[in-house]
Amino acid sequence: MKILVCISHVPDTTSKINFTDGDTKFDTNGVQFVINPNDEFGLTRAMWFKEKQDASVDVVNVGGAETEPTLRKALAIGADTAIRVNTEATDGFSVAKQLAKVVNDGGYDLVIAGRESIDYNGGMVPGMLAAMTGANFVTNCISLEIDGTSAKAVREIDGGKETVSTSLPLVIAGQKGIVEESDLRIPNMRGIMMARKKPLNVVEPIDVTSETTTASFEKPAPKGAVKLVDADNIDELVNLLHNEAKVI
Amino acid sequence: MSVLVYTESENGKFKKAAFEVVSYAKAVADQMGTTVTAVTVNADDSDSLGAYGASKVLSVKDESLSKFDAKKYAAIIEQAAKNESAKVVVLSSSADSKYLAPLLAVGLDAGYVSNVVDAPSSTSPFTVKRTAFTNKAFANTEINTDVKIVGLSNNSFGIVEAGGSASVEDFSPSIPDSGVSVESVDKATDKVSIADAEVVVSGGRGLKGPENWGMIEELADVLGAATACSKPVSDLGWRPHGEHVGQTGKPVASNLYIAIGISGAIQHLAGINASKVKVVINTDPEAPFFKAADYGVVGDAFEVVPTLIEKLKAFKAQNA
Repeated sequence: MKILVCISHVPDTTSKINFTDGDTKFDTNGVQFVINPNDEFGLTRAMWFKEKQDASVDVVNVGGAETEPTLRKALAIGADTAIRVNTEATDGFSVAKQLAKVVNDGGYDLVIAGRESIDYNGGMVPGMLAAMTGANFVTNCISLEIDGTSAKAVREIDGGKETVSTSLPLVIAGQKGIVEESDLRIPNMRGIMMARKKPLNVVEPIDVTSETTTASFEKPAPKGAVKLVDADNIDELVNLLHNEAKVI
Repeated sequence: MSVLVYTESENGKFKKAAFEVVSYAKAVADQMGTTVTAVTVNADDSDSLGAYGASKVLSVKDESLSKFDAKKYAAIIEQAAKNESAKVVVLSSSADSKYLAPLLAVGLDAGYVSNVVDAPSSTSPFTVKRTAFTNKAFANTEINTDVKIVGLSNNSFGIVEAGGSASVEDFSPSIPDSGVSVESVDKATDKVSIADAEVVVSGGRGLKGPENWGMIEELADVLGAATACSKPVSDLGWRPHGEHVGQTGKPVASNLYIAIGISGAIQHLAGINASKVKVVINTDPEAPFFKAADYGVVGDAFEVVPTLIEKLKAFKAQNA
């Protein structure tokens, strides 16, 4: 089984979010970048398939050279080969188009991506990629088993979960649950040394026009100070929620 | 060239979000000088959408569609959009709508923007405001394609009654085969889901252990609220993953969010920031949540919460 894991290069979850160039660009100054958490859960599940079911695992990112340390980290976790499509990721559609080319060229059976990236939260690349490559698709995936070409997956739905059966070729959008937080792997020194020797192939992009463009960013308006209510005066809290906030 | 809106139902009844997306579609249609057509699958009372601004409803009735299937539902909406020559398609932010949206976008060659929080600031270029960086910012995004798909963030626009009426037409699109089949659904029918909830009651590590969740559930019960939890609580296995809210968990966009024993890590606050009114109950006045909340109580949850339950019950009895 040939697995491709899509890796987004995103600001660490603790990052302060600021913008530059007249609020048109994300300010990367002082920001630490990591593997998108939803992708890391999927990558960890892919490592399980590699170890138990003899799968090969490649990782891919669409981005500039600055994303290579993130791909190297994925290699240190245990992926075999990394691919970087050498172009700026401009919108979900254009990223999906670039990835579809990689999937078709590489003949992958299973593609695992994250439910959404924690930077732009679009949540569209995996589904678009499935539609473009004609693969089956399961999103919000919290459990995945593969047996030959059949797959069983659990999808989180609003207020519960749903078990589905499907088959390869398949695109999965994973999240926490596909493996547990405690299953995540911190690369060890040997993994990091080996990752330096593993192939990181840079491929040139295909010509794609973005369907959406972000004209500007803005930050939420600053919030007023919290109104404190005395613990002995909970009547006042009920009163405020009813008469002032009007939410009960 | 109407605005098409997909209105979700469950067991024949419209979800609350269905009325909100129709209200939104009506606002977009007014800006563009056109009308709203809704598409429904196995919904009863399709004409009730008229009250929120739909002038026409395409009603699909098909037993084989009783379980949601992203590919089939996307195909239905795609055919409805082509039928209506729709230039804008509006969807909700439910798990199902977010599942089908990218498939629909490829089918319609349409640009898709999710997590939209406001009516378009301009229709040419078509520009919408959406959340980004998990609610730490907004992006004003232009959709450059002929057909546009807007995924509306739940509870962001509100339900607006327009007082019109809708004509209902039977619609029989061709349904493609799907490569994914549902084996079983495990869903608590007596509980409000976080996505649908107007009020969310959330507990953190300050509650000391899973055995103390009784009062969280009771408070949620009194308020008709969904229960949620912080990341450490779900990581410790005190509560199921499905209740984890925050940057790597579920986003919350409720009208009221009550955080109990949650300190307010930046990742948690990002995930719940879209909620309109936030209340924090915590023993530590230095907890970062107090900077993000609208109302706060510095106190022991084990004393404050039971009192709050009692006061809310009294309030309810009085206002019933």
